[in-house]
Amino acid sequence: MSIKQTLVVIGNGMVGQHFLASLVASPAQDQYDIVTFCEEPRPAYDRVHLSAFFSGTTAKELSLVEDGFFEQNGITIHLGDKAATIDRAAKIVTSAKGVTIRYDKLVLATGSYPFVPPVEGHDRAQCLVYRTIEDLEAMTAAAKTGRVGTVVGGGLLGLEAAKALKDLGLETHIVEFAPRLMAVQLDEAGGAMLRRKIEDLGVIVHTGKNTSLITDGETCVNKMCFADGEELETDMVLFSAGIRPRDDIARACGLEVGQRGGIVIDNDCKTSDPDIYAIGECALWNGMIYGLVAPGYAMARTAVANLTGQEGSFTGADMSTKLKLMGVDVASIGDAHARSQGAMVYSYQNGADEIYKRLVVSADGKKLLGAVLVGEASGYSTLLQYCLNGIELPENPDALILPHRSDESVGLGPDALPASAVICSCYNVSKGNICSAIETGCTTVDGLKKETQASTGCGGCSALLKSVLNSELAKQGYEVNTDLCEHFAYTRQELHALVRVGQIKTFDDLLAKHGKGLGCEICKPVAGNIFASQWNEHILEKSHTGLQDTNDTFLANMQKDGTYSVVPRITGGEISPDMLIALGQVGKKYKLYTKITGGQRVDLFGATLEQLPLIWKELIDAGFESGHAYGKSLRTVKSCVGSSWCRYGVDDSVGLAIELENRYKGLRSPHKIKFAVSGCTRECAEAQSKDIGIIATENGWNLYVCGNGGMKPRHADLFATGLDKATLIKYIDRVLSFYVRTADRLQRTSVWMENMEGGLDYLKSVIIDDKLGLGEQLEQQMQHVIDTYHCEWKTTIEDASKLKRFHHFINSDATDDNVVFVEERGQIRPARDDERKQFNLVEVA
Amino acid sequence: MQWTDVCSVSDLQENSGVCALVNGVQVAIFYLPTDEQGVYAINNYDPIGKANVLSRGIIGDIKGHKVVASPLYKEHFDLQTGACLEDDTVTVPVYACQIENGRVQVDTHLVALIENSTNAQQQGVSA
Ligand code: SRM
Ligand SMILES: Cc1cc2nc3c(=O)[nH]c(=O)nc-3n(C[C@H](O)[C@H](O)[C@H](O)COP(=O)(O)OP(=O)(O)OC[C@H]3O[C@@H](n4cnc5c(N)ncnc54)[C@H](O)[C@@H]3O)c2cc1C
Ligand code: SF4
Ligand code: FES
Repeated sequence: MSIKQTLVVIGNGMVGQHFLASLVASPAQDQYDIVTFCEEPRPAYDRVHLSAFFSGTTAKELSLVEDGFFEQNGITIHLGDKAATIDRAAKIVTSAKGVTIRYDKLVLATGSYPFVPPVEGHDRAQCLVYRTIEDLEAMTAAAKTGRVGTVVGGGLLGLEAAKALKDLGLETHIVEFAPRLMAVQLDEAGGAMLRRKIEDLGVIVHTGKNTSLITDGETCVNKMCFADGEELETDMVLFSAGIRPRDDIARACGLEVGQRGGIVIDNDCKTSDPDIYAIGECALWNGMIYGLVAPGYAMARTAVANLTGQEGSFTGADMSTKLKLMGVDVASIGDAHARSQGAMVYSYQNGADEIYKRLVVSADGKKLLGAVLVGEASGYSTLLQYCLNGIELPENPDALILPHRSDESVGLGPDALPASAVICSCYNVSKGNICSAIETGCTTVDGLKKETQASTGCGGCSALLKSVLNSELAKQGYEVNTDLCEHFAYTRQELHALVRVGQIKTFDDLLAKHGKGLGCEICKPVAGNIFASQWNEHILEKSHTGLQDTNDTFLANMQKDGTYSVVPRITGGEISPDMLIALGQVGKKYKLYTKITGGQRVDLFGATLEQLPLIWKELIDAGFESGHAYGKSLRTVKSCVGSSWCRYGVDDSVGLAIELENRYKGLRSPHKIKFAVSGCTRECAEAQSKDIGIIATENGWNLYVCGNGGMKPRHADLFATGLDKATLIKYIDRVLSFYVRTADRLQRTSVWMENMEGGLDYLKSVIIDDKLGLGEQLEQQMQHVIDTYHCEWKTTIEDASKLKRFHHFINSDATDDNVVFVEERGQIRPARDDERKQFNLVEVA
Repeated sequence: MQWTDVCSVSDLQENSGVCALVNGVQVAIFYLPTDEQGVYAINNYDPIGKANVLSRGIIGDIKGHKVVASPLYKEHFDLQTGACLEDDTVTVPVYACQIENGRVQVDTHLVALIENSTNAQQQGVSA
C-alpha cells in the first residue's frame, strides 16, 4: 500500500480552485492529502464577474466552490490564513497564524495584486483598488458620500471599473497615461473609436496624463495633479493601472523570478524547484504573465497532469478577448498590432455608426493573424476560429469585416470547424468534445454546460456553443422546431406580428390565413392572449370564448376538485378595515376557505361555478375589482409600507405601488407579471425578485427588470437609476410592451431576458436609447390597453348572456355531487380519496 | 336509438363545451358549428384529475383526432372514441349525440350501457 503524499496549494483564487477541482476529478487523486491556504475570508469566487456584485449578485452567488466541496474531497482549507514562509530545505510551509505543514509537492497560485503607482498621496482616504469583494464593499461605502470618481488606467479592467463607478451613480472620469484607451489590445483608430463611444455614455476620458500628486481637494475629498499642470477634483480614486504577480513568498525562499516579477515556470508549470509548481497570474512563462483566467486554467490542468503522471504541457495561450465595456462591444484577436513579418492590414471604419474593424492577414493573404473590433463584435467567434485553427481565408478577406448588405453569408458555419477547434477556451472544450456529448444524448445547451463545462466560465462562447449544437442536431436528423404547435408554424412573437400587422381579430380568421386544422389548447390561449393585449376586447366575447383556458373562461382559478378560487385585487397590498370586513363577510356567507396569499392579498377557495357571479356581485358592490389571478396578466404590485410610516422610508412605496397596479391591471402578457416597490434599499418588498422591481433612493427611483421567484429564481437586473416618476413609467411601459410583443408563450421576463441576444445592454438600447425607433409605438400600445381597461367581473355580471355559463349543468339546477368538503382547522378543504370513500359509505348507509 | 331531449342549440357554446345532466349522468357536450357532425358527447369526469370538469376543456385537433384537453392536467381525450392520447389504459365513455330541429339530443340508452359496461369507473350516478 502506498503512503499518501502531502500536497499544499497556496492561494484559493480562481486558478487555485480550478486546480483543486481538476485534481479531485482526476483518477489519481487519492495519491495526495491536500491542504490549501486561502488568505481571503471566503473560498474562491468568480473575479471575472466581480462587477455583477454591484447589480445585486451576492458573494455566495459568485462563489466557485460547491457546498461541501472541501469536506467531501477530504481537503483541509485554512480560511483567512496566509502562507507566510516556505522552507524549501525542510519542505515546510508556515502560515501567518502559525500553522506549519510539511509538503511533498507545493503549488503556488497566489495570483496578482493591483499595481498602485507610487504617486505621493496614493494612500489617501478613498484611494482604492478593484480586485476583491472587500474592495467592492469599500467602493460602495465610499460612493455613498462622494459625487465624483476617477479611475486611473484605461485598460480592460479600468473600463470595467469605470462602469462600476457609473452604476454607483458617480460622475466618472478615466485618467490614462498612454495616448489611447486599451493600448495593449487596440490600435490607434480602434482606441479613438472606443473613446468616442465611451464619452457618449457620459464618462470623461483624459489620455496622455501622468499623475504626479494626490492631495486635498477643494470641492471634493481629493485632487489629482498631473505633470502637465492640470488638475482634477475627485472624491474616489480607483487605481486600475495593471497587475503585479504576487511572487514575494517565492522570492523569499529563493525560487527564480523574472526581472519585472513573476515566478518562472517551464512547460510543466514547474518552478526552479522541481517539487514546486506555480500557476495563474503569479506565474511567468516564456517571459509572459497572463492576466486572464483561461491561460491560468490551462496551467492548472497542466500541473494536475504532471502531478498525477499524465500527459500535458503548457505551451502558451491565446490572449484574444471579447468584452462588452459599458455596453460597447470590443474585441481583440491575436496579433492586433500587425507586428508579424509582412503582415497586411485591412480596415473598415464607419463614423456614423461608430464601428471600427481591422484584420491582420499573413503575407500570402491565406491566414488570419489578428483582428480588432470596436462597436460591433458579432464576427468575433468566426474570426477567432480562423485565427486559432489556421483555416484558409476566403479570396477577399475583407468580406469578413465589411457590412454584408446582401443575403450572402460570410460567417464560418460550425460545420467548417475541425473537431479539434476549441469552442470554449475557459474549459478547453473542443468541438469534438461537444459532438460526443451530443451523441450520448445531450441535446440542450443546459445539458451540454453540465456535461462538458463549456460556456460556464466567461460565457464568451455561448453563441458558438448553441450554433454547434443546432447544426449537430440538424445533422442527426432532429428538427430544431420552434413552431408553436401543429396548427401554426410560427413562434408566438411571429404570430403577434401577424395579428398586429394583419389587423386580425378572431381565431377563425387567424387560422384561415396562417394556420391549419382546428387549433388546440396551446395555440388557442396564445391567440386569445395576443388578441387581448393587442385589441383588449372582453375575453368572453363570443368569438373568443373557445380560446380561453378554464381559468380565463370563468375568471377564476380551477382547483383540484373542479371548484374555483376568488382573488379580488388589493392594490399594493393596502386594504381598509371596512374592505377586510366585507371580504370576511363574503367568505363567511359562502363558506369559503380563506387564506392570505404570497402576493399580499386574500384568496377565497371552494366556490362552485354557480356561486362565482353571486360572490363577485357582492365583492364588486363592496368596491372590489377582479384581481386577474386567473390570467396571464399583471398579478400584484407588492409594496412595503414606505416613507409614510417606516422610519427608514425614502419615498412613498405604497403610493407608487397602487398607482402602478392601477395602471397595468388587466394587461395580458405572455406569462404573468409581478411587480414590487420598496421604500428604501432594505428592500422589504423583495423588488429584486420581481419582473419589475422598484426601489426608492435619495436620488429617485431605481428600476430593476426581469427578476423571478418560483421554480428558477433570478435576481432582477438593475436597469436604470435615479429616475423621476414620469421616466420610470415611460420605461416600464416600453419594457412591458416590448415583452408582450417579443416573448415566447409562457416565457416569464426572466427567461425572456436570458434568451435575449445582447441581453440587458440590448434591452437598454431598445428602451432607453430607442435604438429600434419603437419607443413611441410601445408607449401607445400600452396606453391603448390602459384606456380600454375594464373590470372583467363587472362586465360579466352585468351581461346575462355571459352569465349563462356559470352553472354546472346546462339543463338542471343540481350541483356537482363530486365536490365534497371536510373541515380542517375550522375551515373547509376538498375531501381526499380515502375520506371520500368513507363519506360515500356513510351516505349509502 | 333512444334519444333524450337535453337543451336547445342556443344553450350550447360555440367551439366549446357545456355539461348536461342526462339520466343522472354528467355528459360533456361540445359544439363545433362548422363541423359535419356538429356535436360530440363524452362523460364529464376526468379520470386522471378525478373531477367533473371535461366540459370546461379547450377543444381542437391533435394529429387528426378531434379532442378536448382536460383543464386540470391537459391530457387529450378523443371526442369520437374516448381514448386518452397520453395514456392508452385510460378512456372516457362516449355517447351518441345529435341536433334535431334546433334541439340537442343524447342517446340515453347508450349512456346507460356504457356507464354499466365500464362499471361506472367513478361515482357518477346520483340525482
Ligand atoms: C395563491 C398563491 C399561493 C398562496 O396561497 O400564497 C399561488 C397559487 C398558485 N400559483 Fe403561485 N401563488 C401565489 C404566489 C406565488 C409567488 C409569490 C409572489 O407572487 O410574490 C410565486 C413566486 C414569485 C414569482 O412568480 O416569481 C409564485 C410562483 C408560481 C409559479 C412559478 C412561476 C415561475 O416563473 O417559476 C407557478 C407556475 C406557473 O405560473 O407556471 C405558480 C402557479 C400557481 C397556481 C396558479 C397553480 C395552479 O395552476 O393552480 C396557483 C393558483 C392558486 C389559485 O387558485 O389562486 N405560482 N406564486 C399565491 C397567489 C398570489 C396572489 O395574490 O396572486
Ligand atoms: C474586476 C476583474 C475583472 C476581470 N475580468 C476578466 C475577464 O473578463 N476575463 C478574464 O479572463 N480575466 C478577467 N480577470 C482576471 C482574472 O480574474 C484573473 O486572471 C484570475 O482571477 C487569476 O486567478 P489566480 O488564481 O491566478 O489569482 P486570484 O484569483 O487573484 O487568486 C489568488 C488568491 O491567492 C491568495 N493568496 C495570495 N498570496 C497568498 C498567500 N501567501 N497565502 C494564501 N493565499 C494567498 C489571494 O488572496 C487570492 O485569493 C478579471 C479580474 C478582475 C479583478
Ligand atoms: S407553491 Fe405550488 S402548491 Fe403552493 S400555491 Fe404555489 S403552485 Fe400551489
Ligand atoms: S470561453 Fe469562457 S466560458 Fe467558454
